[in-house]
Amino acid sequence: MLVKVAINGEKHEADVEPRLLLVHLIRETLRLTGTHIGCDTTHCGACTVLLDGRPIKSCTMFAVQAHGREITTVEGLEQDGKLHPLQESFMSEHGLQCGYCTPGMLMTSVAFLKKNPKPTEDEIRWAISGNLCRCTGYVNIVKAIQHAAATMQGGA
Amino acid sequence: MIPGAFEYHTPSTIGEATALLARLGDDAKVLSGGQSLIPMMKLRLAQPKHLVDINGLPGLAYVREDGGALRIGGLTREADLEESDVVQRRYPLLADTCRAIADPLVRNLATVGGNLAHGDPANDHPATMLALGAEVVAVGSGGERKIPIDSFFTGPFTTALRPDEIVVEVRVPVPKGGSGGAYVKMERKVGDFATAAVAVQITLGAGGVCERAGIGLTNVGSVPIKATKAEAALVGKRPDEAAIKRAAQLAAEAAEPQEDLRGSVAYKKDLVRVLTARALAKAIERAQKGG
Repeated sequence: MLVKVAINGEKHEADVEPRLLLVHLIRETLRLTGTHIGCDTTHCGACTVLLDGRPIKSCTMFAVQAHGREITTVEGLEQDGKLHPLQESFMSEHGLQCGYCTPGMLMTSVAFLKKNPKPTEDEIRWAISGNLCRCTGYVNIVKAIQHAAATMQGGA
Repeated sequence: MIPGAFEYHTPSTIGEATALLARLGDDAKVLSGGQSLIPMMKLRLAQPKHLVDINGLPGLAYVREDGGALRIGGLTREADLEESDVVQRRYPLLADTCRAIADPLVRNLATVGGNLAHGDPANDHPATMLALGAEVVAVGSGGERKIPIDSFFTGPFTTALRPDEIVVEVRVPVPKGGSGGAYVKMERKVGDFATAAVAVQITLGAGGVCERAGIGLTNVGSVPIKATKAEAALVGKRPDEAAIKRAAQLAAEAAEPQEDLRGSVAYKKDLVRVLTARALAKAIERAQKGG
């Protein structure tokens, strides 16, 4: 079955089985391996991508469902060789240790800060409650998102 | 995990979808948000030969008050219901429930129609809709019919829907002044099913007397449970501490939980008692503030 999707602004076409999950299309067919597969059971959020701007778990959607839609993956955050403020903040605030959850955390946070540019800590914790991190205890992830929010407010 | 192979259908009208479902019968499943169905397919607990994807059907995602009811389109995403102005202002029970469903990422795809049509007693909307006295509007190849929520859940993962029917709308009666609601859920972690949860919708009349009470229970039986004895115990009375205690006890008696990793039968029943009292107190407080 032919599926046409735009990923990070680039058009892609692939002939796939309907049962192929979106995350496998992204990682294996299109070789964009920045998106991770964690639990594969809709819990961990490592596979989070933006579907028409909204964060979703790409292990819980079939590739054929994304036909005609726009997808953003972590590879799409960097613009003109410049990292996204969230990526910078995750580095400067030590918002990661092993890095496995990071692509998902970033995609959730990107969409969240667009909707809520000045969040409280509680709102941040709610927003990332579908993304699991087993290293940091979340403290520095929350700090990184707060830092990015402040940077982005500053017109950076 | 790779789901079994299936044939994928993308009807563009309701008529096309119901005709397909009528032809394919039990071999087909409706794909809505997919947040329950796809995990089940990955575990091969479901292996439908055909998937009828209804996400392309136009005009089924909306939340609006009209004709004495809050009308929720079957394809409305849980996140959109949660963020809807009218829900935040006038339907605290629905707002509470949305926030308790799975996690924010799942809620961006999961649909209200799917949450009900899946017929899972562990899902959160069934208890809520029982408490609110909602009505499910279904369309099949034979036309449209309205199914009262009380007769919608017929068994575990089984509903009154016929194989060719799709949930196109859920109607919640507009609450009278002096109404309030609350959903209180005990979960081990975000995204887990409820150990138990209780939905309460209450209407207080003159002198603070309870005119109507709806109480629904999540994940403490083979179907979502309406705690009718607890409801009846409240109507016509002022819901003081003694009345709440009595209703909470009756709700616990209505629960029929099974022992599992989340707890024993005795624990879950007692949890229903505690959660019912908390949900009632919250709902009453909101009703006194004018809903």
